[in-house]
Amino acid sequence: MGDLGKYLGDAGTRGLIWDMLLEHVYLSLLPLVISVLLAVVLGWVCHRYGWFRGALLGTANIVYTVPSLALFAIIPAVIGTQVLDINNVVIALTVYTTALLTRPVSDALDAVPAHVTAAATAMGFRPLRRFLTVELPLAVPVLFAGLRVGSVSNISLVSVGALIGTGGLGVLFTDGFRSRYLAPIVVGIVLTLLLALLVDVLLVALRQWLTPWNNLRGVKP
Amino acid sequence: MIFADALAWLFDPVNWSGSKGIPVRIGVHLLYCLGAVLGASAIAVPLGLFVGHTGRGGTFLVGGSNALRALPTLGLVTFLYLIAGGGTGPVLVALIVLAVPPILAGTYAGIQDVDRGVVDAARGMGMTGGQVLWRVELPNALPLLIGGLRNATLQVVATASVAAYVGIETLGRPLLDGLRVLDYGQFVGGAVLIALVAVALDLLLAGGQKVVVPRGLRLTGQPTGPKKGKRSQKLVATAAQPDSGGSTA
Repeated sequence: MGDLGKYLGDAGTRGLIWDMLLEHVYLSLLPLVISVLLAVVLGWVCHRYGWFRGALLGTANIVYTVPSLALFAIIPAVIGTQVLDINNVVIALTVYTTALLTRPVSDALDAVPAHVTAAATAMGFRPLRRFLTVELPLAVPVLFAGLRVGSVSNISLVSVGALIGTGGLGVLFTDGFRSRYLAPIVVGIVLTLLLALLVDVLLVALRQWLTPWNNLRGVKP
Repeated sequence: MIFADALAWLFDPVNWSGSKGIPVRIGVHLLYCLGAVLGASAIAVPLGLFVGHTGRGGTFLVGGSNALRALPTLGLVTFLYLIAGGGTGPVLVALIVLAVPPILAGTYAGIQDVDRGVVDAARGMGMTGGQVLWRVELPNALPLLIGGLRNATLQVVATASVAAYVGIETLGRPLLDGLRVLDYGQFVGGAVLIALVAVALDLLLAGGQKVVVPRGLRLTGQPTGPKKGKRSQKLVATAAQPDSGGSTA
């Protein structure tokens, strides 16, 4: 405990940790944002074109099986980035999160009742507007359930990147291990858990804001 | 370019022999994983069965296992390693800690998912609590339970690679060594090897998951009662999809 106080007592160390935390947020949340867009597009394609569904979701399952350390290393070989490029982690986590989200989005779109889409069509909604204002909002709860899993796992996975040069708070683990010093490791674990918790709370708040009709508990139509 | 080097590394006979060869590494890797999944099952399956059967502490259990999922694997491995002062024991403990939540979640969800009508019928036929658990709930829960084992295995295979960082001779070693000496063929070749082992293991367990579905629930495409068939399809599908509680490390 005294060690921890001494470690955090240094303003320079606190500055470094803050920078790592910011990098961690960037590395874990940027993939989340990109993969929401990708998953909505891919989920729609699966929903619309049934033959595409099996192939795409099968690939997603296999990709999801590949361990992160391996994916971090395979990405530069596939797309030709530098081995220590920060984007490798962003791309790898985007691939995971998209693989995670596509199936629920597609299932949620399948579950939109036919009479709802028919009503929207009858009211003169063109397909794109109908998708964005009727079908997609109805898929939001499912999308957010997936996003919550994705954000927690991204935040915990970013640290592995420290082994290949870019790891946000994960650098605290490699530093601590190399110098046989527990304080940075403890700080890294605690900050990772707090960040995961904070993002989860924000995601729940965002979902409630986006789907106000779900908050009317006890009011039966 | 880099892939050609990776293939060259993968197919170089030198890398396949001796105590630091690929087969030994795969063996050590799989031993760690087997030990961790067995150890975690010994803890998580009884606990999941108890909580699922009695319904006591379910919320706490689900919340707790979700929180564990946020634990950074590299942090846990280095932390336990330094606390214990080295050796392979702490790595195994870390792997077990990470394998418990998915197995627990799978077992609990499996028991919870059993049709209440089926459980009531079993009780109505005079089965005791133990008989209901062993002869009705457990067989019906098996697909989701194996799904949990599958997720745990994924997690453990991934983490065992990461754990090469603290010095154990798993499949992560060639990759990390390759990076250290800037041998990118070995770096990517090691990564491909990890990916292949993970995918092969997962396919094996996916097969196991299909085999353990009780015959009465198995979806065969024959009209053996549409309700049962549909139900089993739903069970297997939820257990096999990536978001049923897994996070790769």
